[in-house]
Amino acid sequence: MLAFVIRRVFQSLIVLLVVGLVAFSLFRFVGDPVENMLGQERTQQDIDRLRTQLGLDQPFPVQYWRFLKNAAEGNFGVSYRQGRPVTDLLIERAPATLELAFVSGVFALVGGIALGIYTAIRKSGWLAQFVMTASLIGVSLPTFLIGILLIWIFAVELGWLPSFGRGETVAIGWWTTGFLTASGLKALILPSITLGLYQMTLIMRLVRSEMLEVLRQDYIRFARARGLSERAVNFGHALKNTLVPVITVTGLQLGSIIAFAIITETVFQWPGVGLLFINAVQFVDIPVMAAYLMLISFMFVAINLIVDLLYVAIDPRLRVDRAAAAK
Amino acid sequence: MTETPILSLRNLVVEIPTRRDVLRPVDRVSFQIARGEVLGVVGESGAGKSMTGTAVIGLIDPPGHIAGGRVELDGQRIDNLPAEKMRRIRGKRIGMVFQDPLTSLNPLIRIGDQLTETILAHLDVSEAEARRRAVAALEEVGIPAAARRIDSYPHEFSGGMRQRVVIALALAAEPDLVIADEPTTALDVSVQAQIIALLKRLCRERGTAVMLITHDMGVIAEAADRVAVMYAGRLAEIGPVAEVIAHPQHPYTRGLMAATPMATPPGERLNQIPGAMPRLDAIPAGCAFHPRCPVAEAGCRVGDPPRVEECGGRAACWVVAREAGLVRA
Amino acid sequence: MNAMRRAWESDLSYSFRHSPITVLAAFMVIVLFAGAILAPLIAPYSPFDPATLNLMNGFTPPMTPNTFTGETFWLGTDDQGRDMFSAILYGMRISLFVGFAAVLLALVLGVVAGLVAGYAGGWVDTIIMRIADVQLTFPSILVAMLIFGIAKGLTPPDMRDQMAIWVLIVSIGLSDWVQFARVVRGATLVERNREYVQAARLIGRSRSAIMFRHVLPNVTSPVLVIATIGLALAIIAEATLSFLGVGAPPTQPSLGTLIRIGQGYLFSGEWWILFFPAVTLLVLALSVNLLGDWLREALNPRLR
Repeated sequence: MLAFVIRRVFQSLIVLLVVGLVAFSLFRFVGDPVENMLGQERTQQDIDRLRTQLGLDQPFPVQYWRFLKNAAEGNFGVSYRQGRPVTDLLIERAPATLELAFVSGVFALVGGIALGIYTAIRKSGWLAQFVMTASLIGVSLPTFLIGILLIWIFAVELGWLPSFGRGETVAIGWWTTGFLTASGLKALILPSITLGLYQMTLIMRLVRSEMLEVLRQDYIRFARARGLSERAVNFGHALKNTLVPVITVTGLQLGSIIAFAIITETVFQWPGVGLLFINAVQFVDIPVMAAYLMLISFMFVAINLIVDLLYVAIDPRLRVDRAAAAK
Repeated sequence: MTETPILSLRNLVVEIPTRRDVLRPVDRVSFQIARGEVLGVVGESGAGKSMTGTAVIGLIDPPGHIAGGRVELDGQRIDNLPAEKMRRIRGKRIGMVFQDPLTSLNPLIRIGDQLTETILAHLDVSEAEARRRAVAALEEVGIPAAARRIDSYPHEFSGGMRQRVVIALALAAEPDLVIADEPTTALDVSVQAQIIALLKRLCRERGTAVMLITHDMGVIAEAADRVAVMYAGRLAEIGPVAEVIAHPQHPYTRGLMAATPMATPPGERLNQIPGAMPRLDAIPAGCAFHPRCPVAEAGCRVGDPPRVEECGGRAACWVVAREAGLVRA
Repeated sequence: MNAMRRAWESDLSYSFRHSPITVLAAFMVIVLFAGAILAPLIAPYSPFDPATLNLMNGFTPPMTPNTFTGETFWLGTDDQGRDMFSAILYGMRISLFVGFAAVLLALVLGVVAGLVAGYAGGWVDTIIMRIADVQLTFPSILVAMLIFGIAKGLTPPDMRDQMAIWVLIVSIGLSDWVQFARVVRGATLVERNREYVQAARLIGRSRSAIMFRHVLPNVTSPVLVIATIGLALAIIAEATLSFLGVGAPPTQPSLGTLIRIGQGYLFSGEWWILFFPAVTLLVLALSVNLLGDWLREALNPRLR
């Protein structure tokens, strides 16, 4: 088990190093950083000074090492477009994205698991059939169209909910939260549904197919034969076995919520990291792109790692050392 | 007045509708099991023995269903009970042991929890009491260091040990009848005898009746009081084990007995019944066995054979009935 | 052989005829594809020729004569007085072109990578599949955005708008090759050790000939399924990128760009500028998706 953990951590580090290399190459070779950072009026002296300052006169591996070291310390350079440290920009916008991702994640998880269980248990009921058909359409709908549709219905036609921005936020230290004001909470509703709907559909379909598979197993028949109630069979037994494989995929889905936030934030002009990134892509603001890439990779790798470890923690069959000790 | 049998099947019919037609895996089967009796049910795969057991405990997978006849438990009809009432009977009055102990236990739940949940579902006891009983049940089926092993997961046991746990689970609420569906088929040969002996001992101690489903005549000979032979969903012969083995009446049973190693002189090839059992969608008219029967007559192809009761109480066969003078040729 | 082929085809056509929704999807795909291909012939206006545009025609609602010019447009006009119907036909043309080209690129890349990885094995295999694994960790839309950003950075600023379509194709194509590579590699590993491959090598056929002649025929149906579903995904990816403003430029608008433009008029009441492109995209993506689903079921029920 310990060996497994060490191996997984090691693999994660390798992936991060590779992504770091991509991000660094991006920074180093796409466009000339010196060109980008100095304005039109520049002297050869300025160029040389900046070159030395950025370490561009050093050999490649040294530069790469410096880049990694800076990144690990949270220093990603200065945005070409806004002229401010990238780190400041990210910190300023992180709360918006994280709150949005959190709410949609909870929505996707709770909704997906509940609907998945429902459609598995009431396999042939009309409501379950309807939900399944609707989910097929939901998977084909591009996220941004869902967002526009919601804006159209709830903001334009009904006028119930705001169509852009975070509403009023309250600052707690450097963190700004929309959870504490009515307008902040209202502003969260449409973006969260937009962002969570696709993930919810995926989780629902996965939970349903896994649960149907589990319900066919012998131990479920045996649980019934022992006279356990339907409730105990479905929730005490089947659900537990269903969730083991679901955790892996679900964990990764929750990770991609952060990435898909780019689309939702654009539709709703949500002042988060995703909007920052898409603007960076539009204007080829390399330091911001590189920083975003590093940050999101770190998140994905961390989620992957946690999911793998969680998997081991939940399934006793994988706790090899325990089994060996018991024999 | 004779004692009410613990289980009584009367003309039980199970049907599975398919797109083309309706299959009948169990066709007008009748038999009884007395309190504390062990009835062996033998037959080839697909003969309907497992389906009969599943029908008794009310767990036939839809779209299959009981289409006729009745199932009585201790004189009370149970085949038409509402789901909730039937659930209370499962485990509490009828226990069941499945074939494969490796898949019968939920791999993610400690065996102790699986035991206590069963006890709590049927008996009005405290959780501590349920756990005490769980340990006792494990001890009874011969799990060493039961008090410690109760918190183990199924994968930490060997196949034979797991089947002991399964038996403990089936008997946890002290049912009157246990349906054991091929309880030893998936086990090592060396363990099979132990499991059969255990099942037999526990049931005798408690006066629990057993419906022992198997395709292994050796198991029947060892454990059963009476034996029912099934063929193509129908009951072919039923009677005390010693008599059926020594003097089989139905031609199918005779073929079956002749095909066992015990009945074959050393050095000779085993006898075989020519042909194979028909598939459920192609059961011939008349006696289902007639295409393979060495003594079949013209009448066997037309009419359903007489029922066991009409035929001297042993075999459902035109030829037997005629030889016994029960019907005219 | 011929008879088997006919049986296979009739099987496929049987499942096709017995799924009304698939027939409908196929019909829609044919209509939309025809509209896109024949756009220059059937579009009533040439929407991106500034000479034909009349600003007076701006914001004309569908099927209503314009108050100034009296002209009527089926689906109305946008702010520039462009005919929406023509704009949608041309937009679909770009969306489909990008979609097909991206899938083709992904297919060629993936098939070659899969063949090489499966046949060469060893460290070549390890490197290719590691790259695939790392890439799979990230959603492909994110990978496409990143590639788009890089490519944009590498093109000279004055060329960017002209290059945008090609950059888009490369971004989406590069983000989608992994599925193809996995399937082809799996099939190659199976075939590599078959006796006939050994025999073909013994009689001196070259490696590449063996791979293309013997392995490829075995993977046509899964590759076809992945390509069809991939086309739907590529169309959506293109629309998403263009919607986000990192795809087709306003001078060459795809459906996504049109939706981006239309979103601006959502509140001011000119709903048709958004509505018609959005519905077209929806029908297009859904129809191709349904066809892909049907193909997957019909060709191999176990393929997922």
